[in-house]
Amino acid sequence: MARAAVPGRLSWRVARLTDTRAETATARTLVFDVPGWPGHLAGQHVDVRLTADDGYSTQRSYSIAAPADGDRVELTVQDVPDGEVSSYLTEGLSVGDPVEIRGPVGGWFVWRPADTAPVLLVAGGSGVVPLMAMARARRQAGSRTPFRLVYSVRTPADRYYAAELRRPDPGLDVAYVYTRAVPEGSSRPPGRLAVADLNSGGWPADFAPDCFVCGPTGFVETAADILLSLGHDARKIKTERFGPTGG
Amino acid sequence: MGIVSPGFHGRRRGAGVKLPPGQYLTEDFPVLSAGPTPRIRPEDWEFTVTTETGQEHRWSWRELLDLPGETPTVDIHCVTKWSKLGTSWEGVSLDTLLADVDTAADYALVHSYGGYTTNLPLEDLLDGQAWIAYRFDGEDLAPEHGGPARLLVPHLYFWKSAKWVRGIRLMDEDEPGFWETAGYHDYGDPWREQRYQGD
Repeated sequence: MARAAVPGRLSWRVARLTDTRAETATARTLVFDVPGWPGHLAGQHVDVRLTADDGYSTQRSYSIAAPADGDRVELTVQDVPDGEVSSYLTEGLSVGDPVEIRGPVGGWFVWRPADTAPVLLVAGGSGVVPLMAMARARRQAGSRTPFRLVYSVRTPADRYYAAELRRPDPGLDVAYVYTRAVPEGSSRPPGRLAVADLNSGGWPADFAPDCFVCGPTGFVETAADILLSLGHDARKIKTERFGPTGG
Repeated sequence: MGIVSPGFHGRRRGAGVKLPPGQYLTEDFPVLSAGPTPRIRPEDWEFTVTTETGQEHRWSWRELLDLPGETPTVDIHCVTKWSKLGTSWEGVSLDTLLADVDTAADYALVHSYGGYTTNLPLEDLLDGQAWIAYRFDGEDLAPEHGGPARLLVPHLYFWKSAKWVRGIRLMDEDEPGFWETAGYHDYGDPWREQRYQGD
């Protein structure tokens, strides 16, 4: 079989923080300027490398939160307890400070504006980040592909991008699943994602939607199993799991 | 040395432990898969080795368990940066499974239930380097970790240790698998940090 052409090595680039936005009490969106950034697809991630002044360095992977836009790369980072990298990124890094970024990485869990099948996005907690990049890419491209987002969070205060997802975006339907506390007036009691949530918040399997599921392992296992039980084709269900660590 | 990020000192978990470059230590066992977890009943499971001439060798679940097992304790390294040390497994060495397979192939393409594939040189499956593993940490291998059985080839990044393994095709030519087609390195040696194409 013919081999695919091998592109050049993904090189480390200097990324300078230009702006930050608080998403929740413990999550922050970081906007970087990365000169020479080659662009990316919605759903891809980057490797971030931090180096201390004595040469110690460590790396983590983060999903990109917004579609390609010149040299701009946006990440949303959840500060995890005892997180070596996330705590520094959300609290220690100041505007103008550099980190190193390598990418984009991952050619599977991606949505392209040319894709025309209906899309179901199923997010658990911080797993919404690459899915938000897809919803934003849809809007950026003026795509008319219908999207539905089912977004599971513990409480209303844990929602990322709450204001943006409240604004009307024709063709993007958003349904929240609250697992611990619901907003006032909500008819659904708090509880983990269940068949009814994906049955009513998703698409019928007959529509053959592209399903993207991202979140912690247990959540992804549950969501993918529900989609299979509702008749979705396993090949149309793409998953990305955030492990319990990640730091 | 990379660009210094001001005020970053790091926690340096596992200081004194030798890890491959860019890896950090975890005590958990994170899960990474590209799709839903296939559920395969052991009675339906079978494992097939197909040679470059098309000759097939098959093992049922019962036949696999009847082969002499080994209990390797190995370090594993995921391309997403975590490493886990001293993991204990039980499984059958590929040396045992391939002992009576007549082949001159140089490459292997590993197939999984659910459609996953990964490629590696055949020599990396031999000489005590690889197993078909069916127990982890004293328990039957859980479905999300690849049960009933997965390939274990710990000297390469862990995506090469295909979960839900169902067969190996031996070939004269190399052929990229699932992640190898999606931008990841063809070989994946963690000690040479071969994460992505071109590394």
